[in-house]
Amino acid sequence: MTPLTSLDRPNSYIGRSVPRPNAKRLLAGRGRYVTDIRLPRMLHAAFLRSPYAHARIARVDVDAARALAGVHLVATGADLAKICTPWTGTLDHFKGMTSEPQLPLPLDRVVWAGQAVLAVVAESRAIAEDALELISVDYEELPAIVDLDAAREPGTPRVNPAGSSNICFRAQLDSGGVDEAFASAAHIIEEEFSFGRHTPVTLEPRAIVADYDPDGGMLTVHHATQTPYQFQDLYSRHYRIPEARVRVIAPDIGGSFGLKLHVYHEDMAVVGLSILLGRPVKFVADRLESFVSDIHARDHHVRARMAIDADGRILAMDVHDATAIGAFSTYPRTSVVEGNQVIRLIGAPYDFKSYRAALEVVFQNKVQTSQYRAVGHPIACAVTERMVDLAAARIGLDPFAIRAKNVIPDDAYPTASPTGYRFESLSHQVCLQRLREIMDYDALRAEQSELRQRGIHRGIGIATFVEITNPSPAFYGVGGARISSQDGATISLTPSGEVRCAISVTEQGQGTEAIISQIVADQLGLAQEHVKVITGDTEVTPHGGATWACRGAGIGGETALQAARKLKANILEIAALVLQEQPAALNIIDGEVVNAATRQPRLAIAEIARIAYFRSDTLPPGTQAQLTVSHHFAPQGYPFAFTNGIQGCYVEVDADTGFIKLLKHFVVEDCGRIINPMLVDEQVRGGVVQGLGAALFEECRYGETGQLLNGSLADYLVPMAMEMPDIVIAHVETPTADTALGAKGCGEAGTAAASACVLNAVNDALAPFCASINAVPITPARVLEALGRF
Amino acid sequence: MKARAFSYRRAYTVDEALDAHASNGDDARFIAGGQSLVPALALRLQAPRILIDINHIEELRGVTREGEWLRIGALTRHCEMLTEPLIAEFAPLLRAAAPFVAHPAIRNRGTLGGSVALADPASEFPAMMLALDAEIEIAGASGRRRVRADEFFIDLFETAAAPGELVTAIFVPRFRCNQRICFDELARRRGDYALVGCGMQATCKDGLIEGIRIAFFSVGNVPTRARSAEAAVSGGRIDAERIAAAQAALDSDLAPPESDEVPPAMRLHLARVLLGRLLGRLGEVA
Amino acid sequence: MSSDIDEAEEAVRVRFIVNGRKVACEVAPRDTLVDCLRNSLELTGTHAGCEMGACGACLVRLDGRAVHACLMFAVQADGARIDTIEGLSESGDIADLQAEFHRRNALQCGFCTPGMLINAHELLSRLAEPSRAAIRDALSGNFCRCTGYEAIVDAIAAVADARAAKASQKGSPE
Repeated sequence: MTPLTSLDRPNSYIGRSVPRPNAKRLLAGRGRYVTDIRLPRMLHAAFLRSPYAHARIARVDVDAARALAGVHLVATGADLAKICTPWTGTLDHFKGMTSEPQLPLPLDRVVWAGQAVLAVVAESRAIAEDALELISVDYEELPAIVDLDAAREPGTPRVNPAGSSNICFRAQLDSGGVDEAFASAAHIIEEEFSFGRHTPVTLEPRAIVADYDPDGGMLTVHHATQTPYQFQDLYSRHYRIPEARVRVIAPDIGGSFGLKLHVYHEDMAVVGLSILLGRPVKFVADRLESFVSDIHARDHHVRARMAIDADGRILAMDVHDATAIGAFSTYPRTSVVEGNQVIRLIGAPYDFKSYRAALEVVFQNKVQTSQYRAVGHPIACAVTERMVDLAAARIGLDPFAIRAKNVIPDDAYPTASPTGYRFESLSHQVCLQRLREIMDYDALRAEQSELRQRGIHRGIGIATFVEITNPSPAFYGVGGARISSQDGATISLTPSGEVRCAISVTEQGQGTEAIISQIVADQLGLAQEHVKVITGDTEVTPHGGATWACRGAGIGGETALQAARKLKANILEIAALVLQEQPAALNIIDGEVVNAATRQPRLAIAEIARIAYFRSDTLPPGTQAQLTVSHHFAPQGYPFAFTNGIQGCYVEVDADTGFIKLLKHFVVEDCGRIINPMLVDEQVRGGVVQGLGAALFEECRYGETGQLLNGSLADYLVPMAMEMPDIVIAHVETPTADTALGAKGCGEAGTAAASACVLNAVNDALAPFCASINAVPITPARVLEALGRF
Repeated sequence: MKARAFSYRRAYTVDEALDAHASNGDDARFIAGGQSLVPALALRLQAPRILIDINHIEELRGVTREGEWLRIGALTRHCEMLTEPLIAEFAPLLRAAAPFVAHPAIRNRGTLGGSVALADPASEFPAMMLALDAEIEIAGASGRRRVRADEFFIDLFETAAAPGELVTAIFVPRFRCNQRICFDELARRRGDYALVGCGMQATCKDGLIEGIRIAFFSVGNVPTRARSAEAAVSGGRIDAERIAAAQAALDSDLAPPESDEVPPAMRLHLARVLLGRLLGRLGEVA
Repeated sequence: MSSDIDEAEEAVRVRFIVNGRKVACEVAPRDTLVDCLRNSLELTGTHAGCEMGACGACLVRLDGRAVHACLMFAVQADGARIDTIEGLSESGDIADLQAEFHRRNALQCGFCTPGMLINAHELLSRLAEPSRAAIRDALSGNFCRCTGYEAIVDAIAAVADARAAKASQKGSPE
């Protein structure tokens, strides 16, 4: 593997840990988030929410609320239905899936506790909340379907009375030979798993300011979102405003992780409220609203069987995944992608042929689930890796040994998984070896066994993973979603010789703008501080998919790279005319055009810009300098750039209290070309901690009537500094050959395997007790129950 | 999450605060540190018409020795439990419990009097009043009185201080050199409400436990003394047998209620484990 | 609808010293300090993440101690000295912390960062050389969803070391 650029020349930024230029503002409290935005004549929205998980709205009385001083509008579902067309969260490539059409506010039925029923717009949020208390709504309660298993039972009441069942979607995979493999297997491992619901909990809640100007017919939406172009399209189509008259601006975003790319009823309503009032309307979900209205994720029950031969080689897997997604499928990305990825990613690191899976996606009366960081990966990984550990235990193999025996060999690529995923090039074997080294595995095992003698129960867990990144149109486009898999960049040499790059990928703190400026500076040959990157405004950047599914570096980065190369060629073309040279004889280093061979400086690019912009008369006749170029890039070749890696962790279980202490976590990760190692490490660490949260703490707990019981930041336990371990990271670099840059994604790798790792480690610690855990989060109650302590 | 509108009155003396409350009846609330009250107002779980701020009443401040007692003014902040030398010397159990109370910034603002007056059964300090055999000074229309902690906590968020009365100070019998303390709790995350917590203060002589007060929190509607467990370890040396007896005695001391996350049997189990560990530690220093 | 003008919500004039400057503004008693700082004083560096003291995004210094601006009302702060991230940045008091956070990328989205910095500042003013565990403990009420905390802990530890080295240099005769 040869590096794209060597790190020893000027402006070689690819592969270098440089701090993010835009982070200084945030450190000084100068971030500008949607929550900070105040516009002239801006009003504030608040929503009355359903106390019931399922009920008919019999009567509403809003007179007193309307009469309250400071209230400008109380809007009902019918009011907004007049101006907004309904949406349905289905996609064509998920054959047979169904979902109820949605409107900003319901007309006559609520389907989850916390659903927005009516909107109040007032001078202040406090007055809007005062008005909510003056509204009375009569509900007629309907049977609420809360539990996943209950939803699947025949004869159960339907979440949507118009539908024929509670099934949203079913899928099956069968590579063939499964029954034969199980029939001939030396051992069959069986286990059932359950995965709790959790929710992204970005620190900045969802926030939107919609500003409709009726005279100009122009809608401007300041939206805390990952995907401004997606929302430009949606607001345009559902409110029938020409696309070019809808502008979506995503300024600083206080975290997203998938949360802020879905359509939420309140957000759609706020746009409508602004249209009805002709004034800016702001809505910030408060933390309690976040818990009952942000997407949730996971909530799966998986039954799995694995056939192995006498040597511990995997022969076949047979799995059934049931998942509940709320009362309808999320728009526009649906709620079935997670289940779909679960059944397709199970077994992905391993070399076996026979695989069968069934997926059942059901409705229930809870808030919608949809794509949250590492969509489906943690479930697929936990199921696979726990099954592998159970297999190892069955035949007395070490967890490293059974994986070494079964992973797809590093020299076997290109190849495909039994579920049909095509792998260009992965590095399981080298990662496995590297993890063993960085964990000092043998020493940990020795320590574990010594401590066990003294009644201290530590566990070691490892988990291999495969991550989906750089999705092509195969992900959404083929299903009819207007979600772009390409990105666009417009890059200019400014008159003073600096570079400005407006690009459609977006920044939520992961460092998109930093890596784009690194790539542009590297490719053009100038200092990074002379590159300004602009993101997050549909009026400014070309159209593109933006940042999700780990596509920012791989697709956005390649877009920037190609655009920068184009601009460089154009600059050198002008330079060659000025210098009477061939363009190929010239290069750019540190903002100077140089002799390519000798690196002798010839002319500053600022001088070229000056000539091109102000003294074009001095250029040969017929020359038209093109110092702004636009470039679009869509991935071709492999439908996805898969990455891989392996994680390890070391935990201590208090067998009397059921408490688990995370001692240390290890990650070996291969995301292809690394643009900024420090930022990659940060992505991995942050991802791991979200996975550790899922492993030990996070779960949306519901009561029997469908009320969320722990919907506050005091009750829903997110991972905090005190409980999180230090995380050791190592890298293997296998670039994709599909792009010149060679980068794949890294944002979800941490989350993908962290919870699987902990599950294996806790079970390892519990091994002497013959106790086992098959559910996450692994709470003290679950541990003590497994140990029979109460 | 915006509070309902209310009026605000800042009181500078106890009498002023009591008068302001009396003239507004049930619609008034005192606010001290506010670390529990402000969220309750933001959630509109409480909606007083007037908030009477007692933070500026000078006589509610300060920690002083008064004979055999340590007087801790009601406005003493949680963080002062960690830094005030008199507390370290004469009420070390409060010093031991303080790091477990929420987080640093909450401790900078929350007050001991507020915590005791709220009587949250999951909080550390109310339970420690029981372990310390402290007395709570209450100011009301009929003057001031001191109530023993054993009589102070009546039911969930209900205390011997009637609405409109103000907790003005905590009196703790001063810690003596033959006394030993132990405190710990089992919380999912640092600073969270504990699944169960316990503090104890014992009087020892020649390695024997002459007397002991053991108080639990997060085990029911009120902070709770484990009297049977106390009896089981009193009068002797702490050994495995007595520890086991004390653990067994918890069955009659504690009756944890149903909760969605922690079944009563589990909470009782955790209480036994915690008690065993604390008594073990106490035995080492007795 | 009544043609009368309703009685407006009670407004109180409060005065603070915010970031070293005297400031007066009108607030309703129910306005929290965080809302007052963000809306009336346009100090939007202080963030509201949960409005119940569980996330630490709204930490400010009140008379020199870190407190949650969401857990008090602006009227309560009348007469107090308040320092926000803006003031601490401008004074240079936390420049070393900010530089180290930047160098180590101890932030991503930045929403938790002002609260983290204010907490770290207080920790280091109390404890010159905190252990990693003490740093994690001090941050136990500050939620960061992005970083995984490690870089934040590293940055604070590095600043503590640097300050200690500087102090010992000053203390020792050359």
